[in-house]
Amino acid sequence: MSDKPKIIIGLVVFFALFTFPFWYNHGKATSAPEPLLSAKAKEAKQCVRDVEYMRTEHMQLLDGWRDRTVRDAQRVYEINGKEYVASLSNTCMECHDNKADFCDRCHEYTSVNPYCWDCHTYPEEKK
Amino acid sequence: MENNRRSFLKFAGVSVLGLGSLSLLDGLTSDDVIAASGQTSAAEATYKQAANALTAQRWGMAIDTRKLNDRICRNMEKACHRLHNVPDLENKKHEIKWIWDTEYKHAFPAKTDPFLAERFEHLPIPVLCNHCANPPCVQACPTQATFQREDGIVLMDFHRCIGCRFCMAACPYGSRSFNFRDPREAIKNQNTEFPTRMKGVVEKCNFCAERLAVGKQPACVEASKGALIFGDLEDPQSEIRQVLKENYAIRRKQNLGTNPSVYYLV
Repeated sequence: MSDKPKIIIGLVVFFALFTFPFWYNHGKATSAPEPLLSAKAKEAKQCVRDVEYMRTEHMQLLDGWRDRTVRDAQRVYEINGKEYVASLSNTCMECHDNKADFCDRCHEYTSVNPYCWDCHTYPEEKK
Repeated sequence: MENNRRSFLKFAGVSVLGLGSLSLLDGLTSDDVIAASGQTSAAEATYKQAANALTAQRWGMAIDTRKLNDRICRNMEKACHRLHNVPDLENKKHEIKWIWDTEYKHAFPAKTDPFLAERFEHLPIPVLCNHCANPPCVQACPTQATFQREDGIVLMDFHRCIGCRFCMAACPYGSRSFNFRDPREAIKNQNTEFPTRMKGVVEKCNFCAERLAVGKQPACVEASKGALIFGDLEDPQSEIRQVLKENYAIRRKQNLGTNPSVYYLV
């Protein structure tokens, strides 16, 4: 059993490295960021769907908009008797003209990198 | 009934069949739910075309070469490229084109004769995607990013394009361009109502699908001062059919069997 000290040192090093993410990030937890509404969005009060739906399903909604618009040429989204042009840049960003505070905050927090903005445009941020 | 091996197996077989078909039904209904994209809310959402959208069975274009000159060609190109955020890249190898003009001998290589009418020697011939009825690019595309709409428009879904450029190899008209660079660097006045493209995708003319959807004619047609006629090739009453009835028209590389939708009146 002459290797006992080596094994113990090895185990200590292994556990230190293995648990590194836990103790390194300990106490740094922050609450999830809230998206900020722009003045225009506040004024409009009502989004395309209710807040709860938009919060959890906006990606599915945009996916549907994208596919129906491009592939089926059906560019108008009708709900509750209201019609919306299914367009990220021309409908969503019309009210939500603060991409950094509205989109990016949560996406950064959750490490989501949607590639929307590689092509789609957004209003210039007013500082 | 006596419980024996035979009856047990029969019963088990029927049960498995029944359960299997149940899950099949389940799968069908859940697909419908996804299609309506209304999983959490009771409200029914529907998609439709705008009331003023222009529709056709098969869109086509007639280009009257007798009414064309360099200025009109420049205007058409400018109108299209500005509207669709087509970058203006200096390097010819990186050039992006939706509509441009070329000489007769390049547009119609098979119809070039030694004693061609003089008019055609330097006449600018506008060329663009032919929106073929039998499009080779659609067959070549491995991701169905290029597809043919029901109204005949050969459209690109840039979300799906992986930049393999098979379509460019397949297109006999050179109508497609590849974004070797980030196009945003070379767009001077960005039209915020239309997206740009990203590096690594192919692009081409879309017959102004986004304008047809709101009841407008394509941008080049508007800028052409009557040299371009746009309409439904399947509608015998349409203006384009009247024009084609009264004038002799040719199409580009028609012998290849792609059945182009762009006609040239000569």
